[in-house]
Amino acid sequence: MKKKRIIPILLLRNGWLVQSKSFSRYQNLGNPLTAVKRLSEWGSDEIIYLDISREARYDLRRDDLGYPNRHELFEIIKDVSKVTFMPITIGGRIRLLKDIERRLILGADKISINTVAIENPVFISEASYEFGSQCIVISIDVKMVDNQYRVFANGGTLQTHYSAVEWAKEAEGRGAGELLINSIDRDGRKNGYDIALLKQITDNVNVPVIACGGVGEWEHFAEALEQTKVDAVAAANIFHYSDQSVYLARKYLYQKGLNVRPPDLITF
Amino acid sequence: MHKKVCILDYGAGNVNSVYNIFKMYTEVNVSNNLSIIKDSTHIVLPGVGAFEATVEKIIKLLPIDDIRNIVFNERKPFLGICIGMHVLATTGFEFGEHPGLGWIQGRVEKLDPGGMPLPHIGWNNIICKKKSSILKGLESNPDFYFVHSYVFKPCEPETIVATSFYGEEFCSIIQYENIFGVQFHPEKSQKAGIKLVENFLSVQ
Repeated sequence: MKKKRIIPILLLRNGWLVQSKSFSRYQNLGNPLTAVKRLSEWGSDEIIYLDISREARYDLRRDDLGYPNRHELFEIIKDVSKVTFMPITIGGRIRLLKDIERRLILGADKISINTVAIENPVFISEASYEFGSQCIVISIDVKMVDNQYRVFANGGTLQTHYSAVEWAKEAEGRGAGELLINSIDRDGRKNGYDIALLKQITDNVNVPVIACGGVGEWEHFAEALEQTKVDAVAAANIFHYSDQSVYLARKYLYQKGLNVRPPDLITF
Repeated sequence: MHKKVCILDYGAGNVNSVYNIFKMYTEVNVSNNLSIIKDSTHIVLPGVGAFEATVEKIIKLLPIDDIRNIVFNERKPFLGICIGMHVLATTGFEFGEHPGLGWIQGRVEKLDPGGMPLPHIGWNNIICKKKSSILKGLESNPDFYFVHSYVFKPCEPETIVATSFYGEEFCSIIQYENIFGVQFHPEKSQKAGIKLVENFLSVQ
């Protein structure tokens, strides 16, 4: 049987691995290549890299963000495929079809697209036609406004006219292979996934949905897998703070009888 | 015996991961040059894309008759991955009917996912159907990473080493003597994938 996936997300900001809270506060966590090697050894099903860097000029005025481009994204992608053997999704700052091509050539398996798809939904169709829908992930940032789930663009800063379900259905119709659903309200809050949001989305689309935003304990993964039809549970912060995090999360879910790969530490 | 792997190069896009996983063990070349292919001990055919386009590229860019000879007469171990497995079939039915290389009798047809989405993407287990050197040391029913919409339907059931389920049961490992084909991607399947690669390299 096909397994549900456990996916660590790595947020990259100007070449550094960071922790995020509400899409607005960032804390530096160090070297992204070391992190991915560790996460692979602990048995992640795949890895998602999201490059959330802002314009260089904006960042250079701040001194708490380390050196810009200390670890260039493209070098990271290239090196990652030497130390891990699992699927890699890369997202962030995709504007053109050739941005997708460049990342695939370097070793990405899937590409996550957000803002450009909202600005120009035809881009989803073009990308899935050109590269196959299996490698096009549409990332959707959602925030509750007036008791409704609304879609935000530009790293959560710009409200769009779409409701979450509307946009999820449109993205699927245009050829998205997967949807990555992020709750801005839950980001970094550690109070669990927005289950109602995940239910709404999975009840309305047939493509695999990846849940993201709000995990503070292993139990939150189980909640999403038990109460919604998500295909994968993702998180960023929780995986970076404890030793063997992915292994322990998997062990917890496996022992609960959930349909995940058995826990295993990988050394080679 | 010193092992040398040749990954057949016919412009199949990204072969980095396949290269890297074999490179952990031994010398690897990515080439379409006959003397390099002859000089290797193991041959690997990776692949992405549609059936017809892939067969066309293979015929155009690889010395395929010589490779066939090396595989069938010298019995050099050969591994086809995903589309690299599909092209070994007699006929493919992706975007019309097209002849394959015909190394293993069978047809390549669309997977019937029984209402679930296609492509079939993700981790799924295999069910071992017979003993094979390629499965040595793997736990029973290990998980591998799959990305595909089409499947190989062999004519001879004896060539099926393992199957998997997604809507229907399909062949996930095929073997005809020294020729192996896998539907999943060992280069993306972590520990199980590494073990399978190790097993393939132990085939003499």
